Amino acid sequence: MSNKTFTVVALAIALALAAVTQLIPNEYFFTAAYTVLLFVILATAWNILGGYTGYVNFGSAAFFAIGAYTTVFLYNAFKAPLLVMIVAGTLTAGLAGLGLGYLTLRLRGVFFAIASLALAVVLYVFIVNWDYVGGARGAYVLQPREIPFGLPRYIHLIYSVQLVMAGLAIVVARAIEHSTIGRGLAAIRDDELAAECSGVPTLRLKIFSTMVSCALMGMAGTTFPYYLSYVEPSSAFSLSYAVYSIAMPLVGGMKSWIGPLIGAILLGSMQQLVQVMFSLGAWNLLIVGVLLVLFVTLAPNGIMGWVESWRRRKER
Amino acid sequence: MAEALLDVSGVTKSFGGFVALDSVNFEVRAGERVGLIGPNGSGKSTLVNCIAGTLRNERGSIRFQGQDICGYPAHRRIRMGLARSFQIPKPFASMSVLDNLCVPLLYAAPAHQGPRRVPVAEEAKHILDQVGLGDKAGAMSGGLTQVDMRKLELARAIAARPKLLISDEAMAGLSASEVDEILTLLLGLKAQGVAVIMIEHVMRAVMKFSERIAVLVAGRKIADGDPQEVVGNPEVVKAYLGE
Repeated sequence: MSNKTFTVVALAIALALAAVTQLIPNEYFFTAAYTVLLFVILATAWNILGGYTGYVNFGSAAFFAIGAYTTVFLYNAFKAPLLVMIVAGTLTAGLAGLGLGYLTLRLRGVFFAIASLALAVVLYVFIVNWDYVGGARGAYVLQPREIPFGLPRYIHLIYSVQLVMAGLAIVVARAIEHSTIGRGLAAIRDDELAAECSGVPTLRLKIFSTMVSCALMGMAGTTFPYYLSYVEPSSAFSLSYAVYSIAMPLVGGMKSWIGPLIGAILLGSMQQLVQVMFSLGAWNLLIVGVLLVLFVTLAPNGIMGWVESWRRRKER
Repeated sequence: MAEALLDVSGVTKSFGGFVALDSVNFEVRAGERVGLIGPNGSGKSTLVNCIAGTLRNERGSIRFQGQDICGYPAHRRIRMGLARSFQIPKPFASMSVLDNLCVPLLYAAPAHQGPRRVPVAEEAKHILDQVGLGDKAGAMSGGLTQVDMRKLELARAIAARPKLLISDEAMAGLSASEVDEILTLLLGLKAQGVAVIMIEHVMRAVMKFSERIAVLVAGRKIADGDPQEVVGNPEVVKAYLGE
């Protein structure tokens, strides 16, 4: 399927889903679905650098928080419209990604991972000490009273927005995967030196993929302050974002855009289920941990990798 | 005489206190077949790495087609037409054999070849047929045998459509018939006007292949010229066999 067709199809599905689900009477559905969609974007974004390029980013929370705090800043500054916040948050996170990439991508493997984690800590300290966006106390971001498109509540709106953004993130990830750039990234993942010696401008491509990946993570965070009406640093920078955005592609499969989508829907819904049905919220990370261990040992290429090898075996 | 395709002059490279290359001068003309030999640790691979851009030389200059390329990263050099194969094969293991070739075809070849006339996959298939991997195009490159990996390594370098190809010990550990296969392959490049530097320990292959042989010993070039004369050179004999 060409990129154009896929874009149209993906956005049509997103919009249709957004429209149809508005009929669901249970309001909690939107709260839960918002979180799952948030993880769909984070996982898809993380996978552009982590899965396609092979560089593990432990700083997902930082870029998510950059998106969230851009919204807080713009809210405090002039109550900007949501769309402006989304665009600004995406760009700011992208710029931060560019900076991180430029400074650290000469480092290989585990050193990059540590550097990305360090960035998250630095940003956390910075936000805690920045009073204008609430500092350690946190900041209130009140949902506007008027809700467009005749939607009943604000959560319906940001859920729909998140749905469209998830579609957008998937479109971007798929376009990169199928492009010449995607092939270059895969070459870097397999063997960086051989890639460079095959004419792939490795540093430039790595910086590009970091930038796109981080921008999308920032985009995911822009609606977050409205979701809870309140943000404080330790929830925006929560390590669980970093853990989940790694775990989901790992469970789903890291080679294509479908993997993170499957992983995010699976882990995200399971997380909601555990929380709501069994009131075992505290068990979430434990369950994710056990699942990770299971997948790493039994299906290291995730669900998609497992499906692929099954299909290949059937062909023979 | 026409200007050399590759002109290495006074290149020095050391690792800590160890001098791996000591002002080496070395030339290759367009379309020439040169053998580069020397005992283990004599600096052959270091020289290749300096030429290809995976290592930076401390002193001296490296010119390719008259242009000083010392400051260029490796990907720019291969885009100019300077390709190398690796001594230890480095396939893109998650890709099929065919996709392995698409990387240099997409990234390196267009830079000096101009716009593409045939689709990438078709061109890749053609190169695979040329090296005898045609029937393995769809196989995953990580699961190839040693010989096939060596062939893939060469095929990937050829896919960059180079003007100069450096083959770094493509034959080590292969059987006599396998050596002949790769030899035929490299000799075939001559017809396409590609200059080749062959680094090899298999003397039979080097002698058969080379129009000229250069000898490196302990980071210095001690001989360079006609193959028969070079292997008869007392200094070369001494370096290989001792006194």
